[in-house]
Amino acid sequence: MNAIIAISVLAIIIMFFGVMGKKSILLPIILLGLPLAFFLDIREWGTSVHFYNEMFIADNFSIAFNAVLIFAVFLVFMFANLYYKVVQRPLEDIYALFLFALVGAMVMTSFGNLIMLFIGVETLSISLYILAGSKKFDIASNEAAMKYFLTGSVSTGFLLFGIALVYGASGSFNMMEISNYITEYATMLPAMFFAGMLLIFIGVAFKIAAVPFHFWAPDVYAGSPTLITAFMATVGKVAAIAAFYRLASLAFANVHLHWENTLWFFAVATIVFGNLSAIYQDNLKRMFAYSGISHAGYMLLAIIALGPKSAGSLLFYGLAYVVATTTGFAVLMLIREKNGTFSVDGFKGLAKNNPIEAFAMAMAMMSLAGIPPLAGFMAKYNIFIVAAQSGYLWLVIVGVLGSMLSIYYYFKPIVAMYFSDAEPQPKIETGIPYKIHIIFCTFLILVLGFLSGVIINLI
Amino acid sequence: MLTLLLIIIPLVFTIVLFALPDSKYVKSVALIGGIVEFAFSLYVLFQYQYGCHCVFNYHSQFFQQIGISFSLNIDGLSMLMVLLTSFLSPLIIYSAFTKQSNKPPAFYALILLMETAFIGVFTATDVLWFYVFWDLALIPICFLTAVWGGKNKRVITVEFLIYTLVGSLLMLIAIIYLYTLTPGTHSFSFSSYYNLTLDYKTQVWVCLAFFMAFAIKVPLFPFHSWLPKTHTASPTQGSMFLAGIMLKMGIYGLLRFIIPLCPLALGSWTFYAVVLSVVGILYSSIIAIKQTELKRLIAFSSLGHMGLIAAGVFSLTFNGIEGGILQVISHGINVAGMFFCYDIIYRRTKTGTIASIGGIASKAPIFSVFFMIILLANIALPLTNGFVGEFLLLMGIFEYNAYLSAIAGLTIIFGAIYMLWMYQRIMYGETTEATQDFPEITLQESLVLTPLVIMIFWIGIYPKMFLHIAEPYVRDLLEVLTYKLK
Repeated sequence: MNAIIAISVLAIIIMFFGVMGKKSILLPIILLGLPLAFFLDIREWGTSVHFYNEMFIADNFSIAFNAVLIFAVFLVFMFANLYYKVVQRPLEDIYALFLFALVGAMVMTSFGNLIMLFIGVETLSISLYILAGSKKFDIASNEAAMKYFLTGSVSTGFLLFGIALVYGASGSFNMMEISNYITEYATMLPAMFFAGMLLIFIGVAFKIAAVPFHFWAPDVYAGSPTLITAFMATVGKVAAIAAFYRLASLAFANVHLHWENTLWFFAVATIVFGNLSAIYQDNLKRMFAYSGISHAGYMLLAIIALGPKSAGSLLFYGLAYVVATTTGFAVLMLIREKNGTFSVDGFKGLAKNNPIEAFAMAMAMMSLAGIPPLAGFMAKYNIFIVAAQSGYLWLVIVGVLGSMLSIYYYFKPIVAMYFSDAEPQPKIETGIPYKIHIIFCTFLILVLGFLSGVIINLI
Repeated sequence: MLTLLLIIIPLVFTIVLFALPDSKYVKSVALIGGIVEFAFSLYVLFQYQYGCHCVFNYHSQFFQQIGISFSLNIDGLSMLMVLLTSFLSPLIIYSAFTKQSNKPPAFYALILLMETAFIGVFTATDVLWFYVFWDLALIPICFLTAVWGGKNKRVITVEFLIYTLVGSLLMLIAIIYLYTLTPGTHSFSFSSYYNLTLDYKTQVWVCLAFFMAFAIKVPLFPFHSWLPKTHTASPTQGSMFLAGIMLKMGIYGLLRFIIPLCPLALGSWTFYAVVLSVVGILYSSIIAIKQTELKRLIAFSSLGHMGLIAAGVFSLTFNGIEGGILQVISHGINVAGMFFCYDIIYRRTKTGTIASIGGIASKAPIFSVFFMIILLANIALPLTNGFVGEFLLLMGIFEYNAYLSAIAGLTIIFGAIYMLWMYQRIMYGETTEATQDFPEITLQESLVLTPLVIMIFWIGIYPKMFLHIAEPYVRDLLEVLTYKLK
């Protein structure tokens, strides 16, 4: 809870300094404030405090996920300087919106009450709608914001409707009480309850961009400013998947039989469709969108399995995904700035001129593709173990087949960077901070895989 | 601890080389790395022969604490494979030291990274780490081929990568599935996998998944299409590694996983597996005769030899398996030599087409002697290493099925045909435009070839030392097999 307060205060401070026109200190304040919030967050470890009549539960699950989310935002802000280099104005509104979105995301991992889930989803989404359109004079950005807003509103409608139906059946918004209600009336649950549950799942499936509710993702990802896309792809996805898991495990665990079929349909469709579509993308931002879709599918496997290690493997998957995706976007920003293109061709010859950046990109792509022993492999692998242990071996097979497909498109940039014989292009000057950041991210990708056991056993 | 050091030494040199700037010392650092590793593996061999085997078992406490198991061990099979890897690696590194080609540090770093991965594959006793090293070995060879390779290198590399990764991902499914079957708090250790009792139906599926992975790697007949292409595109050092060690990983996997894990399934399929391998032998030998490119000819000949090894292993007889292990070593040495000879010819003549080369023997007699010895070893002439291995293999197959053995034996005749015919065409006859001033091999080149030739004769004349290392392993394996089949 303290972390959420700290981040909200941080956002207000940022706006305050922005109004005063002190552009140069905004980012340093954020980059100091976020570690502080991180520290406040993990200080509550093991306490499991309830706030406001169980509206908000700070258990180990939410603390761990919040730590990952804060870390993800920190990574995104590390590259903010590069992205907004040419912008003159202070940008306090954008930075503050990032932080508000983070607050929403953190609420989504910690809710104990469906209303709180709704508040979290809306806080995250509304900030993201604005951020998606933050490049005011760019048509694509406006289009992205509009599309995101319209589809997002529809999904919110589903979510609210579902919450209302579940409330109608169980008489409570509190997840514990819903769970008790399910055990009590196990044999005679009304259709209204199942309809409500399904609608809630659909509402959240929109947010994680699971097929068939994924249509917004490619356009919104491609149109939004790249930094915002990186934010959406990481924070938005991880928060929504955490919320999904919380819903499934706290409220609806006892009717697992009734939703597992729906979810495995989502998961299989997401993995297959996400990977197949990604193969055809030339625009890397769109490719990231589709790859993000397929990763949502892998993460759904852990939710379907609902085993003892599900939460831990999701946490690790989220972390591995966040690190690799942010690194990928960071290099993509560089390419875009230099060549003005998001196409794979823009990566040609990068290895010769910018070996560090090329290596980072290669590691990020291999990690996302799941090449051992990188973090992404360990993450995928643990999810598969969890699913197989719960008896979903055939889902694992689908997942592995999906991974095979993904190798092809993740290797496209690597092939372009290392193997193409394009005429030498001028070196892209990046500056020391950027290099340090990118080396830090690469280091994480290389090392995290070996720490998977520790992280999974946390929660 | 000794075993861990075997992995750490090349890894440290890899990291050092990646960090080094491009200078004239790079080559020497890489070579020192290879030699240190070889010397160390000789020390390990000494320990293995005269010391206690208990020193090899390494089980990491550190990794245990952070939740993953990491364990290594060396038995007879591992010992031979480690020796092969560490013996070939410095030679492969040294073979790149020619005046014309200047390779950057990354080239040598990738070679040493590959060596690290190979040693890891051959010593891991934890299935997860076996898989990790297995896939890690793939990355350097891809970069070697795609960056320093020849024509169509990118397309071929991607095809190779996807082909082999598909196989290994199938294996991953089997690994995960078996993991969930292990009792108690699940474990990845080889022993817990071996202790599983699987029913026939499970064995069939597990066997299929593993078989795909290993059949692609060996490669067995219908899964071989990546091999000639990759060899053609790869730089010589890549080919030497690929044919010399990487293909042997497939055989290693067969011995380590399929035979002990799915004996029932394998038992009912042995015949088909042997037939498939024998068909592959005939197929590749006949294709090899028709090749016009020297490198493709070597690639197809190595395909045929791998088929024979697989057939011997699948025969599940003592001689077949032991001969298979010995032939893995011998063929690794021979094929590396063949590819290096090809490299010598190619660098001097700038062509690999057999028809445009001729009369080298008159220009470079020493080279022609070296080439002849390696070639005869490939044909399995008595007194060379190929003979011992293939003799045992054919004997093993004969014990299993005499007719198949007769057909498999054709490989020696076919081998003699395509190899000697090729030798006659490129070494004798009139010199062509390309070979008009073919220089004699340099000291550096003969220093690469000499150890290979020594090993050819050593194994050929006194194979007992190597068979002696392999024997306890084969005996244990067959004991497990008969026990499980009951």
